Amino acid sequence: MIYADNAATTKMSKTAIEAMLPYMEEFYGNPSSLYEFGQKAKEALESARARVAACLGAEPREITFTSGGSEADNQAIITMAHAGAKKGKKHIISTAFEHHAVLHTLEKLKKEGFEVTLLDVHSNGLITAQQVADAIREDTALVTIMFANNEIGTIQPIAEIGAVCREKKVPFHTDAVQAAGHLHIDVKAMNIDMLSLSAHKFHGPKGVGVLYAKKGILLESLINGGGQERGKRAGTENIPGIMGLAAALEEACGNIDHHAETLTPLRDKLIAGLKKIPYSELNGDASQRLPSNVNFCFEGIEGESLLLLLDDKGICASSGSACTSGSLDPSHVLLSIGRPHEVAHGSLRLSLGDDMTEETIDEIIAAVTDVVTYLRGISPFWRDLVTGKRQHVFAE
Amino acid sequence: MALYSDKVMDHFRNPRNVGVIEDANGVGEVGNPKCGDIMKIYLKIQDDTIADVKFETFGCGSAIASSSMATELIKGQPLSEALKLTNQAVTEALDGLPAHKIHCSVLAEEAIKKAVKDYYDRSGIAYDPADFPVFEDCDHCGE
Ligand SMILES: Cc1ncc(COP(=O)(O)O)c(C=O)c1O
Repeated sequence: MIYADNAATTKMSKTAIEAMLPYMEEFYGNPSSLYEFGQKAKEALESARARVAACLGAEPREITFTSGGSEADNQAIITMAHAGAKKGKKHIISTAFEHHAVLHTLEKLKKEGFEVTLLDVHSNGLITAQQVADAIREDTALVTIMFANNEIGTIQPIAEIGAVCREKKVPFHTDAVQAAGHLHIDVKAMNIDMLSLSAHKFHGPKGVGVLYAKKGILLESLINGGGQERGKRAGTENIPGIMGLAAALEEACGNIDHHAETLTPLRDKLIAGLKKIPYSELNGDASQRLPSNVNFCFEGIEGESLLLLLDDKGICASSGSACTSGSLDPSHVLLSIGRPHEVAHGSLRLSLGDDMTEETIDEIIAAVTDVVTYLRGISPFWRDLVTGKRQHVFAE
Repeated sequence: MALYSDKVMDHFRNPRNVGVIEDANGVGEVGNPKCGDIMKIYLKIQDDTIADVKFETFGCGSAIASSSMATELIKGQPLSEALKLTNQAVTEALDGLPAHKIHCSVLAEEAIKKAVKDYYDRSGIAYDPADFPVFEDCDHCGE
């Protein structure tokens, strides 16, 4: 099997698994317990917090553990929205291609009377700091913009956006779920006030994440109960998960340059190979993108059938077609960069892993080429494009 | 649990009757590229019988499987039988479809009926339009 869906989730690293085991088998105490055995877990928790903070250039007390990226996004946005509202600020700036953890939270806030500006994304999958500067108003409570897009992998100019927000004194949150462990992050240097990450995207366990919030920000608790996480997140801490997260993040952060050096040439080889398929196009900027991300649209075919046939050839990938998203519309990300519906249905995301080689890439290119050719052969839409009854969107 | 039944996967992987009939005397196309599915049915009707049928489909796994199954169900059948084809029959023959994919079996039924209607139109055979569904453009993708 070729697992080319590392943006969906990753295989856990041995380091992460080994970091977790003792906290399941041996030190299973509750960190809130007074006795020594519980305090062992508490010590582990605080050491994990310090190590995560170090990876981000943050301070330990600025780190809150959550159940994952979605919860961190929700908590960051709701906290800043409500804090802003207290000062009469009810405007939030974001982008049209955020993850649904952000977009759906913003939808909910709109119902509470917040006004949301979603910045248009350029056709290359990037937004600019200037767009943010132009959108900021007196009553802007928060700017929330993802670090790297989960579908098309484009990397936003986060440091520039951070500088703009700092200058205008507007809090800045970034969903760094796809970036953490893959790109260098320094929250202080980049003027990031809040940041979300999720362990399972960098070879850690599922169901555990982090919300970094700069000191001075008082988080609003979404889950009420005990006083864990300084009263900002109730519930007995997921100690094994947190230990796995910390170990995976440290390992990934120590490996960022190597990861980029190995994957970038493979990514570019894959892009070049798929570009040879006529009437196909890369989605998102070719260089301002995650080293692991390749995302293409192929005219005349539909993504779900493409995925099923790739699965038959042992390749795991994903698509932004309506059928695979379970909705009637294709991916909002592809629509946001201006892909027409009919082309967005024929999309394919391949997200590479560190274990891949040139041979893996050759295999993927051959398989995708075969499947696209076959599906076009039975597609009346493709026939219409070939015979000129319908117009091509892409150049050959 | 797999998304689709073994039957669906079989018809998706090895679609029956895929292709074009150059001298078809009834052709029906439904769906549109914006929605992500188009089905085109080619019929060769002789002596009020479906002598041959072929299809082309742009769409998801269940769209391809539904077209394949629908063509199997009508091939060699008298026209009157073919016109009785329902999307439920297609779905049942496929051992079921996920709820949000039932739409694919509807498209298959409609494509066949549209092709038969085309045959009647071409051959100047009178029919009751009420016997045919309204082949609406899909309304869910806007634009
Ligand atoms: C950009 C982005 N944000 C948020 C999430 C949600 O993270 P989690 O699955 O940990 O809740 C994901 C993962 O799918 C993501 O890619």
